[in-house]
Amino acid sequence: MAEIALSHVSKQFGAVEAVRDLSLSIASGEFVVLLGPTGAGKTTTLRLIAGLERPDQGGISIDGRDVTREPPAARDVAFVFQQYSLYPHLTVYDNLAFPLRSPLRKLPETEIRRQVQEVADLLRISGKLGNRATRLSGGEMQRVAIGRALVRRPSIYLMDEPLSSLDAKLRAELRLEIKRIQLDLGATILYVTHDQIEAMTMASRIGVIREGGLVQYGTPREIYESPNDLYVAARLGSPRINLIPANLLRTASTPKGAETVGVRTEHLAIGKPNGSGLVGRVHRVEHLGDQNHVHIEYRGQALVTLADPHRPVLAGEEVGLSLIDPLYFDATGRRLRLAAE
Amino acid sequence: MAKIEVQALHKSFGDFVAVKDSNFTVEDGEFFCLLGPSGCGKTTTLRMIAGLELPTSGSILLAGDDVTLRRASARDIAFVFQLFALYPHMNVRRNIAFPLVSMGVRRAEVNTRVEEAARILRITELLDRPVSGLSGGDRQRVALGRAIVRRPKAFLMDEPLGALDAELRQAMTEELHDLHDRIGATTVYVTHDQIEAMSLGDKIAVMNQGVVEQIGAPQEIYDLPATMFVADFVGSPPMNFIRFEGRLKPHDRSVKVGAVSVAIPEIRQEGSAESLVLGVRPECVSFLDSAPFRGRVFGTEYLGTTQIVTVDIEQGQIKARLPSLLPVRAGETVGLAFKPDSLMVFDRETGRAIRSALHQGERHG
Repeated sequence: MAEIALSHVSKQFGAVEAVRDLSLSIASGEFVVLLGPTGAGKTTTLRLIAGLERPDQGGISIDGRDVTREPPAARDVAFVFQQYSLYPHLTVYDNLAFPLRSPLRKLPETEIRRQVQEVADLLRISGKLGNRATRLSGGEMQRVAIGRALVRRPSIYLMDEPLSSLDAKLRAELRLEIKRIQLDLGATILYVTHDQIEAMTMASRIGVIREGGLVQYGTPREIYESPNDLYVAARLGSPRINLIPANLLRTASTPKGAETVGVRTEHLAIGKPNGSGLVGRVHRVEHLGDQNHVHIEYRGQALVTLADPHRPVLAGEEVGLSLIDPLYFDATGRRLRLAAE
Repeated sequence: MAKIEVQALHKSFGDFVAVKDSNFTVEDGEFFCLLGPSGCGKTTTLRMIAGLELPTSGSILLAGDDVTLRRASARDIAFVFQLFALYPHMNVRRNIAFPLVSMGVRRAEVNTRVEEAARILRITELLDRPVSGLSGGDRQRVALGRAIVRRPKAFLMDEPLGALDAELRQAMTEELHDLHDRIGATTVYVTHDQIEAMSLGDKIAVMNQGVVEQIGAPQEIYDLPATMFVADFVGSPPMNFIRFEGRLKPHDRSVKVGAVSVAIPEIRQEGSAESLVLGVRPECVSFLDSAPFRGRVFGTEYLGTTQIVTVDIEQGQIKARLPSLLPVRAGETVGLAFKPDSLMVFDRETGRAIRSALHQGERHG
């Protein structure tokens, strides 16, 4: 396994700056997730590391070795794509064995069999080895695609939204699976997604990417609890963080220069209205089973808070609002940290 | 707007039964979700209501009229698909106007109705733009506009948000809800996404292999799933299942899982089967050192406020939703306790829930 370092990497396609002065280091055995919307430059970053694109500026090193100018084959990375690109005419076994049968490797068939079996066990697809690849469910196909990357034992795995074409159930299952495999193998993984749940649940560190640049890099908890700016605050958390113009809430504790106050849905407490505090009106109660989302109107702002599903809250009701650990942002969207932080 | 009644509806394609003896009523103005995995018959049901597919047997009533054999165009229903099929060579205004123009509606009337639809959807400023440059969300709004202008008796929507990414889906769900509040149209909405169904539906019908397994309000479906299929399909992560043996009788207030006695809501049903399953929602599981269920933590998933902890116990894998502040490490041994007043028991053979005090609305704490 190996570490990866990008230093001041930029890549342009015509007039579009896909990656902008990106510096990122990934330690050996780390599971880093790049999170960002479509077009943010996540996939380009992966392709640059894989050697499928060459940077205009900056350098890329793997395990301390500068690979910026090296061809993909010399980099020892495995790429898993969104669309499981399996050979439809081959069995699962032959699909998994394919990378090992490369003429460069010259592995005896018994050794190939052993390695394929090991990966199949790890991915829990041993029972399907004789099946044609096309006779598998979506989840199984994606497992085989991941398996094909695993058998090669590369020093780095690059994964480009590998779960996005699967249904929700399977995604949840494979999320845990990929993380387990990563821990078992001690693999270094750089994983790209626009799904914040995948990022939060799998990553040892998340890199939030926006318009080709890295906005924040930290553990899921750091990113969620202490975002650097409005963009990051709004990117993580479901339902989305409540963002309220500071002038609607101006209190003694609001720091100077604050334009926006961010309050996570679990940090907006509702209770009986009291004379002096903030008062909102319940607009709608959404029942999601394990919790209710209570939609509240406060001075023209739509706010959402979480409530116990068995606690009665009715549409039209007036509620008192209190903010717990609010986050403050200035006019440019940058986070204003309080002296104590 | 109108009520839709589906009676003993059946559809087979050759040997394959797509929809089996389906019965439900969508009340006037109701938002009704058909929820299920792919291949469960939800889209076929919707297509039969639309008139795009003829039932093998059974009937469909729209505002009291039997429309079972009526052509789609004569049903006065608007259909919104997953893939917003807009005409690329027309601008937004002409796309929205298209259904009216092809019905021969007078131009002045067309203009009024297009403006009105655009106002409802808040896309007035987009009316003269070409559709090619629109974002996914705006394209879907235009597609909705095309349905709204017709002022149909009902809207049928087939995974209209399926092609959008997660962020936009959430925003559009919110928007669809507000739209429904504004125009109060009878809507049948097909989705495989349980969160979407829970947040949009006044009522949800959960389908599996052509059969409607349960119809109810979202919270009812979640709290009192009629079958193991529903319990597993609704909720993320789904309900945990623990298999055990033992016949239950009315007034029983505990079950024996192996050597462990677990308190449950009082049983209210005669003569249960021998092979049973205990159902535990992940948020009803907590860590308790002295608890008799013990196991090793397989993995944790951080979700911000909460975390999902997966624990391997002798009876299988259990997922618990716990506060994220609780320190948990993979590999450590923990004891698991279950909140007694929310537990369900199912018949393993039929998959059906066994009636208990929960079904009579008795819930404590």
